[in-house]
Amino acid sequence: MKKWDIKDINKWSWKKHPLGAIIPEAATAANYKTGGWRSMRPVRDEEKCNQCLICFIFCPDTSIIVEDEKVTGFNLHHCKGCGICAHECPRDAIEMVDETEAAKQDKQERGNS
Amino acid sequence: MSRPVAVVGTDAVAEAMRQIEPDVVAAYPITPQTAIVETFATMVANGEVKTEMINVESEHSAMSACIGAASGGARVMTCTSSQGLGLMWEMLYIASGLRLPIVMPNVNRALSAPINIHCDHSDSMGARDSGWIQIFSENAQEAYENTIQAARIAEHPDVLLPAMVLLDGFIISHGTERAEFYDDEKVREFVGEYKAPYTLLDSENPITVGSFDGLYGYFFEFKRAQEQAMHNALPVVKEVGEEFGKKFGSNRGYFETYQLEDAEVAFVALGSGAGTTRAAVQQLRKEGVKAGMLKLRLFRPFPEEELVKALSHVPVVAVLDRSLTNSGGPSGPVCLETMSAFYNAESKPTILSYIYGLGGRDFNPQMVKDAAYDLVEGNIPQGTSYLGLKEEDN
Repeated sequence: MKKWDIKDINKWSWKKHPLGAIIPEAATAANYKTGGWRSMRPVRDEEKCNQCLICFIFCPDTSIIVEDEKVTGFNLHHCKGCGICAHECPRDAIEMVDETEAAKQDKQERGNS
Repeated sequence: MSRPVAVVGTDAVAEAMRQIEPDVVAAYPITPQTAIVETFATMVANGEVKTEMINVESEHSAMSACIGAASGGARVMTCTSSQGLGLMWEMLYIASGLRLPIVMPNVNRALSAPINIHCDHSDSMGARDSGWIQIFSENAQEAYENTIQAARIAEHPDVLLPAMVLLDGFIISHGTERAEFYDDEKVREFVGEYKAPYTLLDSENPITVGSFDGLYGYFFEFKRAQEQAMHNALPVVKEVGEEFGKKFGSNRGYFETYQLEDAEVAFVALGSGAGTTRAAVQQLRKEGVKAGMLKLRLFRPFPEEELVKALSHVPVVAVLDRSLTNSGGPSGPVCLETMSAFYNAESKPTILSYIYGLGGRDFNPQMVKDAAYDLVEGNIPQGTSYLGLKEEDN
């Protein structure tokens, strides 16, 4: 099956959709942003972190962003705030903070800049 | 050439499975499973088939493994019965929603409580809205033939739906009967090769199966397409039956009509109860009562139009159901479908609901005869009648 053009999928009749709700592409979950469920957000202390990558191994949502074998941040589009990274971190370098407060702060910072 | 054999129903179905030789069979190996899987597992162990046999820890897992294997493009079969079908419930809808043509013989047995284990149709009738094709068998021969045909029907490109082959618990599953098995080569030629429309194992063309659809998705559209597939199954059942008839000699259609032409009272029956009813009709005819029978083979999709044509000239139709819908009304699923089919018809019989044989309660020709005599004498019962039920203390 070829990749499909879904520009006008909202207009498709029932006759046009692929059989059995099959999507002729793989790994489509990446396109679906589920981070909005989060009530707690991970924050990493770069001073404490020694790049052991244990958080990367344990994260059930592959939301630890790693570049050149180094943690650079969190993919907040997919992080559910489960706190496993903070729990597993051997150096307590990850803290879970309130998402609403953190989001407010983000907004203020965006407003200031 | 065919081979005449003395065989129990479960072995007849296992023989069909051996001849079909599916790529994968995933099944729960112990009760409520029946001897179909036991016999088939022996065939696998003896190297008579190349099927990958997966023994799983529950019926839920059996259907899950079947769904996985079928999503990988395999021809897949399993078997179940009674509570086992109950435990498969949520997976039944996933198999049909993903349009996977899994074939599953189900030995019809009662659902608890009370614990019973004997024959009635409450297991598969409960699953009548799960999007599976349902084909009933009167005896071991039909169970064998229906299993072979089910593969072709389910896998037809216009259909691609899972199919259940139903056979009555103990009466067919454990009773020894004369049957005829067809040549391996001819059956294999008839069944042919299955080419799945999609497969998870094609890494060149990766796909996503079982994705989330959501409130703003297309669930409604997918369900409409699935319903269309069930409509499409009607002509396919007919075509496959005709082709089977040409090759092997028996074409059983959607239903069999017996002495219906001039019938004043007709019985609708399915499963082994049709044999009992036919015997009763023969006796009634000898006694001068114009009785007839329509033996339903296909229950899903329901052959509404053809059934109406076959029965509209009969004044009284008594529908025999081996399960209850517990609806508080005319309480058998076959009766409800029959009534529904006639609702918009110009000429319609008086349609009556008869429940018999729950939990394996004996069903004999005298019960049918008594009902027929009542009806021809004009004693039309109000509401549902129960054949073989102890109605009074004595």
